[in-house]
Amino acid sequence: MKAIMMVVIGFIFGLGLIISGMTNPAKVINFLTYGNQWDASLIIVMAVAMLIMMLTWLWVAKKEKPLISGTFNLSDLKKVDSRLIIGSVLFGLGWGLSGICPGPGLVQLVSLKMEFLLFFAAVLGGMWLAKKV
Amino acid sequence: MVTEFTPVSAAIGGALIGIACTLLLVLYGKIAGISGIVKSVFAKANSGSRWQLYFILGLLLAGVAVRVFAPSLLEGELQLPPWLIVVAGLLVGAGTTLANGCTSGHGVCGMSRFSTRSWVATCTFMLVAFITANLIG
Repeated sequence: MKAIMMVVIGFIFGLGLIISGMTNPAKVINFLTYGNQWDASLIIVMAVAMLIMMLTWLWVAKKEKPLISGTFNLSDLKKVDSRLIIGSVLFGLGWGLSGICPGPGLVQLVSLKMEFLLFFAAVLGGMWLAKKV
Repeated sequence: MVTEFTPVSAAIGGALIGIACTLLLVLYGKIAGISGIVKSVFAKANSGSRWQLYFILGLLLAGVAVRVFAPSLLEGELQLPPWLIVVAGLLVGAGTTLANGCTSGHGVCGMSRFSTRSWVATCTFMLVAFITANLIG
């Protein structure tokens, strides 16, 4: 049951990425680039998703346990450290170069285009390298 | 490549992303952070609960379904030389691992929770991405 639910939730997330246009690197790059081709779609995507999640967090704050199973498995990290900053700078460089973050990178694997397969392989390589540090 | 501002589909897509994050959190208490999910499936050999694997399966199925029924929605290409694709991918993989999150975990789930770390992370990677895209664009 849980497996099926997880597939459904992943499906909804993936559909959201595709419908919003965020799986198209050009839309992300045009958001990130100042000029007359500026495409503000990404802001709308983030704003709507965040708004829904703000309401969700309000609800979560009043609950002790999730509705189906488990506990609230949340990060209790508080400290802003150099790992966070350096990691975010590196991610920003890669995202600004390519216009792809991990979610769209994953979805675009189904296009079977060489460039996206190469990108995702490099993402896994980067994750492996970072864990060695 | 010129793209159009598409507020309606952006809002619908954003709502679906928010709903997926909500379901994962409300039903199972988990955060929809894609970089962490990818890491736990491909870069770790833990034998615990494999919900991440099923989540990724669903994500890929969405791609397959759209490719079959509405292929024009899944357009997009990476107009970079292969070596730069590799560099960008390495940076994304290493960066999200060090920072413990990306656009979904820090951006959507963390900022809405008013997590200081997520705000710092998101503002940092947004700013760096803006500078990078404008320098090479």
